[in-house]
Amino acid sequence: MAFTFKRGIHPNEQKQYTENVPIDLLLPGTGSEMIYPLLQHLGKPCRPLVEKGQKVLLGEKIGDSEEFVCAPIHSSVSGVVKDIRPHLTVVGTIVSSVIIENDGKLTEHESIRPRDSFEAHSREEILAIIREAGIVGLGGAGFPTHVKLSPPPEKKIDTVIVNGCECEPYLTTDNRVMIEEADRIVLGLQIILKVVPGARGVIAIEDNKPEAIEAVRKHCADLPGIDVAVMETKYPQGAEKQLISAITGREVPSGGLPNDVGCIVNNVDTVIAIHRAFFRGRPLMRRVVTLTGGAVRSPGNYKVRLGMKLNDLVEMAGGLICAPAKVVVGGPLMGTAIFDIDVPIVKTTSGVLFLTEEEAYIPPEKNCIRCGQCVEHCPSGLIPTELNTDILRENGEMFVRHNGLECIECGSCSYVCPSKRRLSQAIRTVRRVELAKRGR
Amino acid sequence: MPPHIYGTDTIVRRMRDVLFALAPAFVYSIYCYGLKAFYVTAVSVLSAVFAEGVFQKINGREVTVGDLSAVITGLLLAFNLPPDVPLWIPVIGSAFAIVAVKQLFGGLGNNFVNPALAARAFLLASFPAHMTQWAAPDAVAGATYLARLKGESGFVPQVSDYWALLFWKEGGCIGETSAAVLILGGLYLIARKVVNWRIPVFYIGSFALFAFLLGRGSFFSGDVLFEVLSGGLLLGAFFMATDYATSPITPGGKILMGVGCGFLTVIIRFYSGYPEGVSYAILIMNLAVPLIDQYIRPRVYGKRRRAA
Repeated sequence: MAFTFKRGIHPNEQKQYTENVPIDLLLPGTGSEMIYPLLQHLGKPCRPLVEKGQKVLLGEKIGDSEEFVCAPIHSSVSGVVKDIRPHLTVVGTIVSSVIIENDGKLTEHESIRPRDSFEAHSREEILAIIREAGIVGLGGAGFPTHVKLSPPPEKKIDTVIVNGCECEPYLTTDNRVMIEEADRIVLGLQIILKVVPGARGVIAIEDNKPEAIEAVRKHCADLPGIDVAVMETKYPQGAEKQLISAITGREVPSGGLPNDVGCIVNNVDTVIAIHRAFFRGRPLMRRVVTLTGGAVRSPGNYKVRLGMKLNDLVEMAGGLICAPAKVVVGGPLMGTAIFDIDVPIVKTTSGVLFLTEEEAYIPPEKNCIRCGQCVEHCPSGLIPTELNTDILRENGEMFVRHNGLECIECGSCSYVCPSKRRLSQAIRTVRRVELAKRGR
Repeated sequence: MPPHIYGTDTIVRRMRDVLFALAPAFVYSIYCYGLKAFYVTAVSVLSAVFAEGVFQKINGREVTVGDLSAVITGLLLAFNLPPDVPLWIPVIGSAFAIVAVKQLFGGLGNNFVNPALAARAFLLASFPAHMTQWAAPDAVAGATYLARLKGESGFVPQVSDYWALLFWKEGGCIGETSAAVLILGGLYLIARKVVNWRIPVFYIGSFALFAFLLGRGSFFSGDVLFEVLSGGLLLGAFFMATDYATSPITPGGKILMGVGCGFLTVIIRFYSGYPEGVSYAILIMNLAVPLIDQYIRPRVYGKRRRAA
């Protein structure tokens, strides 16, 4: 029996476009403009460490701060700093960014020094290496990994989960990474387990990815303390809280963190970044992005340099067949629609969807018929239509009393609604307003 | 704003499935009662659709008869009428169901009692003579089994009577000709996930339990099978108590709705002046739905169970 969580949905997966397309390496062209926003994670922004006109090398740190909850930014090319100015990001914010002209030579900085093993390093050294490499959660949230791996001493961690569920429709980067770099995932997990002694490692993969399960299993078969957990294919299986209860049966308490129930969850690509920081000495400078949707000529999984502009990626990957009706960064259920593709790919950009008119069509909203589908599928145990009524009555107090703040914004309620009500959309908006009022 | 994609489920798909599920019972009623059943049903459906369209037009609202919900209301009302009613009865009933019960409270999803059942209760109170004129399929006017159970001392159902309930029929409403076709339609709706299994299962289950426990006359003696198959129980449990707008929205609430309906139906059937209690049991439980929804809720992830 595959592991799973309560409720949830089975959306149309749409992974067939890219799930069998091997990862393709795309290098930015000579002379191209690379943009590095100084905030690509959850936490405090970085200060620039370079000046306009300065020459920088590949792997050189260009932004950092003294704050603990922060991850440094590195140049992913060699070239010249053209400017430091505010620039639009994929999520629609405008962030101070270092702009570098790529000289195409990819000359490496001296800080890139491969290591042979991790065993000799202490816990503190490992954490310092992870921090210096600028590694953050690559699943989408972008929380600095060294912070996640340093829970307060009173929180005993007994389970480290590597999240390879990738439950969002369309996205296939985790799937390809697991198939193609399974050995590195297992090694990366071993590094994490060295930092969190005594914990068991679990690599969680949904059962719609048999090839990935096979590949990862092969590499951890002889390792005690590391197991593959086969998960039922169901959305949002990869949501942190849902994944933790599926595997351990524990629920992260309201307002709490995974470490409150002895768990740490990392995305597969994050674990590979840790591996790379160790064995190749390279900071986080690239990631795998699924470029897909009906408007893309050749959908695929591309290994790209961070800082590369989205429009450059689209062009290099073969361009578009037609004008997209909607461009979404991330998955279709939780991603953000963007209005301008002149934005850089950052650490948390897992996929970009160029949806056609047909794919992006959402029928008009009808009356709620109280069918109860939203209740039946809400992974948080909420009553979404009731929250929507609270919102329509502009009653924020009732919204909070009805546990609106416990929403994980997965979008399941809207997806299943036969009346096509904009439940998740409304709840997400008001939830953020109410959280902001409470200073969270 | 995400989500950027939606599933394929629609209101119309659900309503169409309900119509499919009711179709066998409709066809069977024509087989049993002849064209008069067809006329009553057709008039009821047409007046329901007409009433909805006209009301929305007059009020300058979007006309939503295309969602088929008015068709279902008309059909269910007809299923709750005797086949021999004069044709103006369904006209008045449908107009009442659609205008007074549904549209005046905000239309689809906003009515607090089941429109078809409220209309039936309204008709029964206003025109009792027409509403209780039962014709047996063989055209001999007679009492229904439920009336006989209550009125005739010493009436003991024979095997042939059970078969009659399943396939042919006692005198009764248009939609109650055969328990078998109603079960078929009900199972179809559950399989298609249009209807959640909890209300029908707990309604019929608790009804059977209470009918056995309380018995007619002495405790622990109820003829469960006969009670379940007769009257409007199956029609009510599968098609009326499960009405979305007037049943609880949470899984736990649905169970309570089913148990409440089952209990009240037995009480009314056994101890009131009426032979049948399905309609009133459901109507009473309809009124309790807002309260049930307030207190019977799923447990929120990461929180202990506590009423809101």
